[in-house]
This record gives sequence, C-alpha cells and structure tokens, in this order.
Amino acid sequence: MPDISVVLPSILQPLAGGQSILTAPSKGTVTVGSLLDSVTGDYPVLARRLRDETGALRRYVNIYVAGDEVRRLQGLETEVSPGQEVLVIQSVAGG
Amino acid sequence: MGCMATEENYVLAIGTKKGLWLATSQDRKQWSFSGPHFLMSEIPSIGIDTRDGRTRIMVGVRSEHWGPTVAHSDDLGATWTEPEQGAITFPSDTGAAVERIWQIYPDAESRPGVVWAGAEPISVWKSTDGGEHFELNRGLWDHPHRSDWGAGYGGAAAHSIVVNPAGDNVHVAMSTGGVYRSLDGGASWEPRNKGISAYFMPDPNPEFGQCVHKIAADAAVEGRLYAQNHHGVYRTDDNGENWNSIAEGLPADFGFVMLTHPRREGTAWVVPLKADGERIPPEGKLAVHRTDDAGGTWKRLDAGLSEHEYNSVLRDAAAVDSAEPAGVYFGTRGGMVYASADEGETFAEVVSHLPDVLCVRAAVVSGAGLAVPETSAARGA
Repeated sequence: MPDISVVLPSILQPLAGGQSILTAPSKGTVTVGSLLDSVTGDYPVLARRLRDETGALRRYVNIYVAGDEVRRLQGLETEVSPGQEVLVIQSVAGG
Repeated sequence: MGCMATEENYVLAIGTKKGLWLATSQDRKQWSFSGPHFLMSEIPSIGIDTRDGRTRIMVGVRSEHWGPTVAHSDDLGATWTEPEQGAITFPSDTGAAVERIWQIYPDAESRPGVVWAGAEPISVWKSTDGGEHFELNRGLWDHPHRSDWGAGYGGAAAHSIVVNPAGDNVHVAMSTGGVYRSLDGGASWEPRNKGISAYFMPDPNPEFGQCVHKIAADAAVEGRLYAQNHHGVYRTDDNGENWNSIAEGLPADFGFVMLTHPRREGTAWVVPLKADGERIPPEGKLAVHRTDDAGGTWKRLDAGLSEHEYNSVLRDAAAVDSAEPAGVYFGTRGGMVYASADEGETFAEVVSHLPDVLCVRAAVVSGAGLAVPETSAARGA
C-alpha cells in the first residue's frame, strides 16, 4: 500500500533534517496521532513543536487531512488512508 | 566590531516579544549588538551563567505556534543548543504541559551547574547540569494550596526564585499566590505573606493569594528580602515571617520591578507605575527609584531617561550587573532599553524601537576575544 506523506511548512523543515515531506507506511489503521508518532520519532524537537508533552496538538498548529482541519474531524484520532497527504500548516495568529 | 579586550566585558541580553538581542560593551556605554535571535518567538526569561569558566546564556523561548522551549548558547549567541527531549517538560503523571518559562535563575557561585526555573503553570524546576535538563519540584507542584492559586493577567506562574547562600532557604513568588518559603532546599513549602495586603480579595490579609510581582534578596543581610507587589512595596527582615511597607517616599506603590545590589546592604531599585488601573509612569515621567537604607528613603533617578514615557516596565525587564559600581539596566514595553554604569545616577539609551521588552539580564565577563557575532543566528522554529 502506498505510503502516507506529511508535508511540513518551510519553517519546520530544519528540524526534520531539511526534509519537506516525511513518509510513513500505511500499516493497519493509521490515525493522525499515530502518524505523527511515526514520522517524528527521529525528530523529537519537531515533535514538541507540533504537540505538547501531554500529546495535545498545539493551539495554533493546524493539520489537514483531505482538505479538512482535523479539529473538525476526529482530532488526532482522525484516520488517514493509504497514499494520503497530510498537511501541517501554522494558523494565522499573532501580531 | 570584534572587540578583543583582555579586561572586563559586559554582556547584555534583551528578551522581547519578537526575539532576543545580545550586546557587549567594554564601558557600558558603547554597545555592539547581534540579533534578532529566535525571531518571532518571545523571550520572557534569560539566565546568564558565568560559573564554571564559561559564559552560558540560557533563554526561555516561546512561539505562539510552536510552544515553549529552553535553549542555551556558550558562544554569545553564535550557536544555540536545544536539548532534544526538551529542558523543561512536565512528567506524564502530572497531565500538565509547560506554557511559558518565566524565570531562569543560576544558583550561587558555590553550586555550579545548579540552575532554577519558574514556569507557567505555577511550577518550580531545578537543573544540576547547567540548565540542560530540569526536574519538577514536586513539593510545590503537589502543594495543597494549588487549586486556590489564581492567574494574574499574564498567566499563573512562579516568576521569582531566591536562594540563600547556604542553599537551604528558598523563596518563590507566584502570581497569584504570593510568597512561599522552603527551609529544606525546596522539599516542602509554606506561604509567607504576613503583612502583605491583598486588597483585591474579600479578606485583604489572607495567608496566601497575594499578587506579588517580584521579590529580591538583600545580598548582605541574611533573611532580608524586598517585594514589589500589586500595589505595595515591602521588606522582611526575618526571612519572610513578617513584611512591612517601605512604600513611603515613592510616588506610587504599584510596579513590577524589584532589584537589589549585588553586594551592598540596603540598596534596592524599583520602577514605580501610577496604579493598577493606570499602568504608566506617574505623570508620564519615567523614573527609577533607589533606596540605600533598605526602604527608609528613596531617591528619584531620571537623568538620561526620556522625558515622556507611557509604557510600563515589566517584572523581569530590569537587571543589575555585578560590577563596582553596579550597572542598572531596564527596558520598556515600548522597546527602549537604558543602561546606567553608576547605580542609576545617570542612564543612557542603549537601543530603541525594539519590540516590547520582556526580560533584561546583564553580566560581567572577563577574558579575551569576547564579541557578539555580527551575523544573526535568528531561528524562527
């Protein structure tokens, strides 16, 4: 089955060794949470940028699956299908 | 740039709402700058640790998007290191997450490697490896008063940590909760707020719940501390058992800053603001006030400060260095930073038009070849 891709914004790419896309195999049921565990396993600083130490998604980090922000779906429990592209996008915040 | 001095150098670190600026000087008048480091992240806390024969600058960094972290540099900001697993993260059993690092406090010369931190949510942390990894202070975290502590406007945080020379006596100040004291190096804690008014509560003299803004210890008198409160300036001479007002002679008893002299008994500085409801310097005229007699009398110091100022000076946006005479530094929410090389008698503008200044720290560093690298090591993530 085709891998799942996670697309990072440019500001986070240095924390993933310069990569813009991280991939994970689609084995069994993959959720956004398990996908983040998988792709950030080698990049703990990147992991902490996206989620706090309780595992919660940071307030102004948005993750899109098939065009929908996961908070409008099932949050980190949202399932991801083989071959899908998951986008990490910072929300518009601050001044 | 590139001063190759062999004598004393001064390092000034300025944490703002949108990044960190570093400066060095040989005379505390001419400054060479680098920055912004961590552009677009706020820097609410800085610790400059000159123990162990090195100058380590530790910073609390917080991005609105990417959260809080702690980083350090041993080369005046040329490179920054962020521990992979995070220097300050709550253990999983607490169910808590760090919001913001409010304080980074290198301990005494005699305890190299020991660094304390205060954070939001209200918590105290201790590192024994120079600030690379901190352990949560469980005594304060599990304190039965926790559910009654409140959040001030800026959040609920432990923002001041004062440790006595022997290391057994630790005072922590939190907003809001007041002053808590440990006599066993941080294992257990009790509130020590007698005499401090909490006029905003139904009982204005509670055991705890005071909104203390900053505390500082007298360097020469054990057991003497000073506190700037949310209205009220106080001193204790008995290690926090009793606090007495020393606000008489000040133009206002509101403010955030409390600084003490690095060595001399009885000398402290405050920066009064008019009132809770009017957070501007009295009459829009900025002034530092210094006491040399432990709060008995105050001297207004405004030479070199801008004539009009309507921005406030936040609790950690002021610092002293350890030189003789001591240097006094502070920054405003309007992005002005001032330095005095004569204990506040005269100030000079160091830099202006920075973002809101959240934290200022200064240190004396001996040795050759000190220069802030000209290239910015700005890092957004």
